[in-house]
Amino acid sequence: MKKWMQFLILMTSITSTSALLASGGIDGGGGNAMPPATNAKWKTECSGCHMLYHPGLLPERSWNKMMNGLDKHFGENATLDAATRDEIKRFLVANSAEKSTNRRSNRIDQSIPSDATPLRITETRYFTSKHDEVSPLTFKRKNIGSAANCIACHKNAEKGDFSESQIRIPR
Amino acid sequence: MCKNLMLLGLLFSVNVLAATPQELLKQYEAQAKQENPAFSGFSASNGASFFKAEHAHSSGQKVSCSTCHTTDPRNQGKTRANKVIEPMAIIANPQRFTDAAKVEKWFGRNCKDVLERACTAQEKGDYLQYLVTVK
Repeated sequence: MKKWMQFLILMTSITSTSALLASGGIDGGGGNAMPPATNAKWKTECSGCHMLYHPGLLPERSWNKMMNGLDKHFGENATLDAATRDEIKRFLVANSAEKSTNRRSNRIDQSIPSDATPLRITETRYFTSKHDEVSPLTFKRKNIGSAANCIACHKNAEKGDFSESQIRIPR
Repeated sequence: MCKNLMLLGLLFSVNVLAATPQELLKQYEAQAKQENPAFSGFSASNGASFFKAEHAHSSGQKVSCSTCHTTDPRNQGKTRANKVIEPMAIIANPQRFTDAAKVEKWFGRNCKDVLERACTAQEKGDYLQYLVTVK
């Protein structure tokens, strides 16, 4: 192959890889932690009231339903202006559980019946089977609050890292 | 040097909706006059009662601003999802009421959550007056 062609191919692959990385649409290769995904509006808006949930925790249809019902978001009004809502929705959909090659995301997705569109991660069979040894009373502890507060026990939850070795259940 | 300072000033003014509590009070005053020709100013004590007033919500629960923000706006509050809410009183949190879009976003959401309707300019102004006044 001619030298300049090799160079061209190399450059193209570098730019496309970095573009993929920048868009947050690629993952670290099916490891434990979910792929880094980031969007400034998602970060600000979706962590105002609760911990930041990684888009790889729910499938596309769940995120669509969630973002289309922000006026009744788990009993609270969480409406956004249309532009912000749509940008965040696109980001969540692009990085949703079934689009990821991350093993945990895929297992979450596979644990959801195809006719179901859960809004609560805690309702997925993946979640319930992974937490069946945790008593409901533990989740109610003051410094935990509820099962939705992943970060109370999984300190890197906002990065999509739920590794067993990182778990510490507060007393 | 002078040029640098000007540039710095420009950077801050570009922050589109930056505001001060006083500027916001003026805006709410203008709106309140439109809503009510007999408008006679904002009242910090009405704002204080507004903050603590409980409403019978259609969900069956009694709710108020204080449900999440505590009865003292100088305190940190907590959302239902267990996340800390920084204090509302300006004295405890000077960042409050410095971003008009953020202020309107939260009035929009929380008035509907607590009162199940939008707040009037009078209510917003009284409340802000209270938060500015708390020492």
